[in-house]
Amino acid sequence: MKTDGGQALIRSLEREGVEVMFGLPGGAILPVYDPIIDSKIRHILVRHEQGAGHMAEGYAQATGKPGVAMVTSGPAATNIVTPLCDAYLDSIPMVVITGQVPTAAIGTDAFQECDTTGITASITKHNFLVTEAQDIPRVIREAFHIATTGRPGPVLVDIPKDIVDPTNPRSSLELEDNVEMDLPGYKVDTSVDPEAIQKAVELIQNAERPILYVGGGILKSRAAESLLELAELTGIHVVTTLMARGAFPDSHELCLGMPGMHGNFTAVTAMQESDLLITLGARFDDRVTGKLDEFAVSAKIIHIDIDPAELGKVRRPDVPIQGDCRTAVEAMVSVLRDSGPGDADRTAWKSRISGWQERFPLVYEPSTPGQALKPQFVIEKLRDATPADTIVASGVGQHQMWASQYWTFNHPYTWINSGGLGTMGFSIPAAIGAKVGCPDKMVWAVDGDGCFQMTAQELVTARVENIPIKVALLNNSYLGMVRQWQDMFYEERHSEVFLSKEIPDYKGWAESMGCFAMRVDDPDEVEEAIAQANEIEDRPVVIDFRTAAEEKVYPMVASGTGNSDVIVPPSQEKEIR
Amino acid sequence: MNAESQGHRNHTLVVTVENKSGVLARVASLFARRAFNIRSLAVAPTEDDHLSRITIVVDGESAPIEQVVNQLDKLINVVDIQDLQPGRAIERELMLVTVAVEPEHRDDIVEQLDRAGGKVMSVGADSMMLSLVGDPEHIDTFENLLRPFGILEIQRTGRVALANLDETIE
Repeated sequence: MKTDGGQALIRSLEREGVEVMFGLPGGAILPVYDPIIDSKIRHILVRHEQGAGHMAEGYAQATGKPGVAMVTSGPAATNIVTPLCDAYLDSIPMVVITGQVPTAAIGTDAFQECDTTGITASITKHNFLVTEAQDIPRVIREAFHIATTGRPGPVLVDIPKDIVDPTNPRSSLELEDNVEMDLPGYKVDTSVDPEAIQKAVELIQNAERPILYVGGGILKSRAAESLLELAELTGIHVVTTLMARGAFPDSHELCLGMPGMHGNFTAVTAMQESDLLITLGARFDDRVTGKLDEFAVSAKIIHIDIDPAELGKVRRPDVPIQGDCRTAVEAMVSVLRDSGPGDADRTAWKSRISGWQERFPLVYEPSTPGQALKPQFVIEKLRDATPADTIVASGVGQHQMWASQYWTFNHPYTWINSGGLGTMGFSIPAAIGAKVGCPDKMVWAVDGDGCFQMTAQELVTARVENIPIKVALLNNSYLGMVRQWQDMFYEERHSEVFLSKEIPDYKGWAESMGCFAMRVDDPDEVEEAIAQANEIEDRPVVIDFRTAAEEKVYPMVASGTGNSDVIVPPSQEKEIR
Repeated sequence: MNAESQGHRNHTLVVTVENKSGVLARVASLFARRAFNIRSLAVAPTEDDHLSRITIVVDGESAPIEQVVNQLDKLINVVDIQDLQPGRAIERELMLVTVAVEPEHRDDIVEQLDRAGGKVMSVGADSMMLSLVGDPEHIDTFENLLRPFGILEIQRTGRVALANLDETIE
């Protein structure tokens, strides 16, 4: 079929099964926006290109399908750099299409020109600068293939205007029915080595203090059910990293919760004392290991990852297994079913674990009358008042840690956050993307006031595009996590962390963006406000919860220290002896 | 994960890449971003129009070589990587060098050059330009030999390498 580049681009997206895309038009991408009018793809018009990127990420995390964003050249491309990097670090499948100045103008510092592929090369799984209209269908197919296979990640496709502009002869092409990919350097090996599986199983059978260290790769490989089977078959306790919350049910007796800098004491300590870490799609991030030299020194390591570059990057595994996590977990289950779970005596280990759980639960001091709300209390109330499969999208900071700690995640794909890059402002656009992908689920953004001010404008998008998310704003008037570090490591000298007590007026601001908004100061009003919010389906809701600024996230492993030096809340200090 | 692959020595990687614009930049940017050090680099087309070959000498001390290889392999445009074992590959560099030399010493230089297998490229009133092809150690030796005369200008290419024939037949 004879057509032009712009039409071919939209047809190619349709062929990839794209149902929704997030974007904002501008000069260079204009010709591609015309065929969108006649396409069945839903386009959501954002208010800032960063919002488009995070929405695509939230959509991808909630649905498992690749998120798609489209923006113009220059400043629009640089505005979407943060989401690209975010998706790169958290391995989120995403395809971003950027406009570019006409091919003849590339390199001349033309209006709204920037070296988009150069800027994004190190923060994308791959990127393309397409220079011939004829290449568009193939490149789009390749982009989706690369984004969604192997270790997923963001792929950017940069499209110069002349090859999509129907008035330009350079945009003319023949759109074939079959589009062949040409990727001689891209091979994905998802199979796992049976010998390595055998070795791993032997380590598991003989381990006295094993821990399943579960990362985001388990979710990426849709392996939550297989993981449950493995854990129950072996009786081995599970920790779920910040990227894997929900991959294993928090209510399960074998679940120890989140490890790491603000992990549960038991999760951190059990890993630290373990003799075998069965590492599934996790990458020994510094926020998990603490000081590396002191991390789990007596543990042998089984490391399963689709990305061979992760095996040995940080910690040398005893049994490295390159391949798909689910395939590997299923293979281990199958071998273990045949050969039995082993006869290592884990009685002492189990009693140590339950001892830690008893002595070091997550705790906070309830607020006294007249005191500001405790953020943990708000999260607990929200958790208890929402359906079990509610999707929670969080920003970055204290509220993110409290949400991860105090929510009970019993379903995979219900927790969406910015783990690797730690992008403030992530939650509102990510929640919008998740709600677009899962319109029948309740979606709550848990946000801080610092984060809220970075991306709140997307609530306008949410209202206008009819995407009724809900926002729990934990507002302590501070950049809370930075303040916590200044409290703990800078002698309580607060430098540039106080935002403002009364400005902005969040309720008024949210209302002006078309949201239903409430302000809650009193603990007695929390439940009712949440109940009211849960009833509202026709618009976004924002609740401005006024929370206590001095509250700290505990436990904590201070940056640069080892995981044996967990700082517990003051009420547990006597227990640490 | 044998002991040798962990050793801190220079590695010669022969990286076959798609012959597309920007691929060298991707490789270079990967090295910069991951803090891997490049000792030398040479790029040229291959027998196949679609492919180029990059010969990279990597400082084995800056990162474990398997990590360098694994990260390189993740670049979509990288088609193949060979980690050439020393002594099992042919490695060559080209040196162009201009030395200060009085006419009465020209014969000395030419004799040395003949013995090393080099060529005289150009002769000036009080200088000569020479070329020499050889393995890197050979070139080092000859360069040191020329030093006392006074090296006015020197340009060495990056190393190029191919595996010995018995290594390429699996």
